[in-house]
Amino acid sequence: MQPPPNPLSVLVIDENRLRASVIEAGLRDAGYVNLTIVHDVVGIARRITEIEPDVIVIDLENPNRDMLENMFQLSRAVKRPIAMFVDHSDSASIEAAVDAGVSAYVVDGLKKERVKPLLDMAICRFNAFSRMVRELEEARSELENRKLVDRAKGILMATRGLSESEAYALLRKTAMNQNRKIGEIAEGLITAAGLLSPREGER
Amino acid sequence: MGGANQITAGFLPLLDSAVLVVAKELNFAAAEGIDLALARETSWANIRDRLAVGHFQVAHVLAPMPIACNLGLTPLVVPTIVPMALGLGGNAVTVSNALWADMVDKGARADFDPAATGRALKAVVTDRGASTSKPMLRFAVVHPYSGHNYEFRYWLAACGIDSSRDVEIVIVPPPLMLDALASGTIDGYCVGEPWNTAAALAGKGHIATVKAAIWRSSPEKVLGVSARWAEDNLDVLSALLRALCKAAEWCGNARNRGDLARILAEKSYVGRPREWLLPALEGELPDGSGDTKAVADFFVPFAKAATFPWKSHALWFYSQMVRWGQIQHSAEHARIARETYRPDLYRAALKPLGIALPVANAKVEGALTAATPVGSSGASLVLGPDGFFDGGLFDPDKLDSYIASQKL
Repeated sequence: MQPPPNPLSVLVIDENRLRASVIEAGLRDAGYVNLTIVHDVVGIARRITEIEPDVIVIDLENPNRDMLENMFQLSRAVKRPIAMFVDHSDSASIEAAVDAGVSAYVVDGLKKERVKPLLDMAICRFNAFSRMVRELEEARSELENRKLVDRAKGILMATRGLSESEAYALLRKTAMNQNRKIGEIAEGLITAAGLLSPREGER
Repeated sequence: MGGANQITAGFLPLLDSAVLVVAKELNFAAAEGIDLALARETSWANIRDRLAVGHFQVAHVLAPMPIACNLGLTPLVVPTIVPMALGLGGNAVTVSNALWADMVDKGARADFDPAATGRALKAVVTDRGASTSKPMLRFAVVHPYSGHNYEFRYWLAACGIDSSRDVEIVIVPPPLMLDALASGTIDGYCVGEPWNTAAALAGKGHIATVKAAIWRSSPEKVLGVSARWAEDNLDVLSALLRALCKAAEWCGNARNRGDLARILAEKSYVGRPREWLLPALEGELPDGSGDTKAVADFFVPFAKAATFPWKSHALWFYSQMVRWGQIQHSAEHARIARETYRPDLYRAALKPLGIALPVANAKVEGALTAATPVGSSGASLVLGPDGFFDGGLFDPDKLDSYIASQKL
């Protein structure tokens, strides 16, 4: 079921396109129809004047935050200054937003109840995105590890005449004894083998 | 949770993060029993926010920022104090090659003299104003509540240029200045190092004048500290101030310039070539035409009480906030600005080091035309020359009349 359309005009600025699309999808699902996504802050001044957004959501990695705060303040020059993260006193929201890497600029006077769900959603989406990135990273290093272990096994099989399962058992036992990861043991063995093997021309 | 002696300091990759970086890298902090972690940030807004939520206990901040924060001018208001400055000088005004050529036509010379280059710029601005085909000149500073913004506008105003009508002033983050200048988005900027040297060395701009000439011995970055954290951890803060003071002394020693440039050039700190950092450290700046010019007191990390948080500095920044319409003047606002800077904490922490400590909390800015020994406890202290290039005097005891006399 589609939630009722939310008239709040929201500008999302994120140079990371993937993350921007994750946030956009979330906002649309939540019924925010008045949505603008920007990846590049070049020419943002005009966009802000055109859109007159009620809320700007921006990632903390963006060095242009200082410029943007100033801009948002100027575009509303005759009105009151901007507030950030919903409310000055809402320290839990502020901390959650900063931890997630997102910041929101909100026109002062806008009802907290209307902005809070939006910021909560952005925080949630940011967290989901960084979890996704972390999992990808872990999967990649897992694959790297497996390659290292395979090469280390090969070295042990060739130099010590072990079977594949014996070679693996030896790596695992060493890792357990030294309280280290099996990937680290394998890496150390590969480095050592590289150092010890005679090079071309030195034979 | 970390121990009480663990401090995380936010910083922006600029030359004047040197004192914090050296305190960590050369173990001045460790020697005081402090486990100092440095967090490189991408914007002043991030530093402010992360101070506010307690990620950072202290940070490298623009000198007027904590004042603006305590005055309720910034989006996140968390009481912040300044128990120490992180050096004097360090900024410059760089203009595009095209604008420099126009200024040279009007008599500018590559001597960084603010009065002469200002006159030339004024002539260019007047011509532009009369022409319908050329757009208004656009300059960038790094933040609305920055020394850059105030010294740049002060310079323009003293040269007869109305910074709110004759030119446009925008905000651009330091690392993006060079690109903005090269692409013609802006005609010039006032920024800290290495972003002036970088433009001059790359042939993308000319240094027109320097902060050290507009207001000699003027403050730039300070140590911003969460007021609540400071209250609960006074001993740790004192130890940190001692470590930073020793680091500042090391940074100020000419023998260490090469090492300092090498450390700051590292990727985790400023992350730019050593060649960009050395000119400011040596006070020999490239002017943009292949020559270098010596600048007195370009960047002063330690000498002349460079780390002392003068209340007169805080009040001058406040006077400029009023001047440029950022806040209304009132006795209460002036009090908040004055109390943001905490020379009492500085003195209490550094007394055991036996270094020169000013006796006064404020001074008349612009009173010293030559290097002058002044009243101090501990070692002897020499201040100045200081002051504004137009001969202006700022007496913090005459704040009201100074504010009233300011022209826009």
